[in-house]
Amino acid sequence: MSARTVPESRGGTPGRRGDRLDRLALASARIPFRLKTAAVWLAIFAVVAAFFAIAAFDTGWMADQLSYIAGGLRYTLYIALGGITLAVVLAVLGALGRISSNPIAYGISGFYVSFFRGTPLIVQMFLIYLALPQIGVNLSSRYPAVPQSVSDALVLDAAVAGTLALGLNYGAYMTEIFRAGIQSVSGGQGEAADALGMTYGQKMRKVVLPQAFRVIIPPTGNEFIAMLKDTALVSFLGVTIASAEIFRRAQLVGKADFKNLEALIVVAGMYWALTALFTVFQRRLEARVSRGHVRMGSAGSGGRR
Amino acid sequence: MSSPEAVVRVEGLHKRFGPLEVLKGIDLDLHQGEVVVIFGRSGSGKSTLLRCVNFLEDPTEGTVEIAGVRLGGGHRTRRKREQIRQLRLHVGMVFQQFNLFPHMTVLENVVVGPVCARGDESVTRTRARELLDQVGLADKADEHPIRLSGGQQQRVAIARALAMQPDVMLFDEPTSALDPELTGEVLAVMKSLATDLHMPMMVVTHEMGFAREVADRMVFFHEGVILEEGPPQQMFGSTRSAETRTFLDAVL
Repeated sequence: MSARTVPESRGGTPGRRGDRLDRLALASARIPFRLKTAAVWLAIFAVVAAFFAIAAFDTGWMADQLSYIAGGLRYTLYIALGGITLAVVLAVLGALGRISSNPIAYGISGFYVSFFRGTPLIVQMFLIYLALPQIGVNLSSRYPAVPQSVSDALVLDAAVAGTLALGLNYGAYMTEIFRAGIQSVSGGQGEAADALGMTYGQKMRKVVLPQAFRVIIPPTGNEFIAMLKDTALVSFLGVTIASAEIFRRAQLVGKADFKNLEALIVVAGMYWALTALFTVFQRRLEARVSRGHVRMGSAGSGGRR
Repeated sequence: MSSPEAVVRVEGLHKRFGPLEVLKGIDLDLHQGEVVVIFGRSGSGKSTLLRCVNFLEDPTEGTVEIAGVRLGGGHRTRRKREQIRQLRLHVGMVFQQFNLFPHMTVLENVVVGPVCARGDESVTRTRARELLDQVGLADKADEHPIRLSGGQQQRVAIARALAMQPDVMLFDEPTSALDPELTGEVLAVMKSLATDLHMPMMVVTHEMGFAREVADRMVFFHEGVILEEGPPQQMFGSTRSAETRTFLDAVL
């Protein structure tokens, strides 16, 4: 009876071949979907491993270089954490500007979002890393009164320049996320705060932003994971060897030993592992935040209780 | 109509939303200890008046005077915003949809206003518990609003407004969002505010039983003007205008 419901193979009348397929399909239906998915992944890994063996990958070299490349993980994480922190601050300010009735605040935030979303991240990185020092040099040569410290301050370490560019760029995208989050808080909440005689700052800090963050946190996690991968762009700024992040390190050793494929596969695996790890965190956070007002309440109310 | 001891004095108030004129010249005083019930068809401007009194809406013309400060509408300069904020500290507002802060406990809801305004949290917490006791919700202090019934939420909202120690309370259809069986507990709290504390109140409501029992004065709004006003006995007895009579016949 249930065999009838399984689609027949092409060929019209059910022959012996069709029967066998039917039985196979039935057997397969009893295996949990997740298990089947896992089997598919295993098969892919097996194929890749076979490919490794055939292409004579230098797995020994990969193992040797692993710890050197992994030494860059902390710089990758510093850059990503610094970048996301800056981005969150800028996104809060940008979003408040986007909903402001003050033309100066609105204008500045509009310009910020437009420019940093409208130009490539890599161009922004080079602007900060290469163009700022040039401004410093030009300034001090044209205006001798400008102290040396000013032009010195405009020469940034590549990791710092990269972090700044990531923060500025992601902040611009996240401004829109934060603006939407703030606007998702009902107007009645702001009115109730107004009616209690709260100042604008009090209203935002105590009433609107804690509720907006419920909406904002999950997509911010996504942005962080995306930024984690974009830290690789910092390697183009030619970071000093000591503070090189993982992609820079992989390139250095890969080119030196002509083991580019091995080096790139190692570093790709690291990014993959990092994003997988943070995706797990992200899911948990998301589940916690969406558990409703009750849970977020005690966490979001300024730690008074 | 105007007398020296008015707590709230509304003079010549107009409110336009684009081409639509919602209020067409309202003069209304609220005196010490007085309860004024404002009623009328929806769209007649009752809620807009209440919202203009604490500047949730900007009056297009006219002024509102509370606690000796007279303010009109117009561009919100920094100074103006501060004046409005000061005025609001004298006015408690209760909304139709309660508008409690869902991320705070009941106690925090009551405490947050005074803490923002004055900063003395310890005194405020004690006072907040007293107020919650007063509205019969002392045992709910540590719950979040989502766990409370509509009637309980509205009583918390009243306690939250009272915590500011206002000179006057504004009620904007406080029972309209409630199931019928829950309106009684909210009206009882409002009644005790009026009779025990002699709190001056402006109440927009369709609860004519409450009006008859508690109101000192009833004001009938019609198409943006006050068509008729007087004590409840007069309103429920011999109303002069046909409009008022039609409306009362419809809601009673």
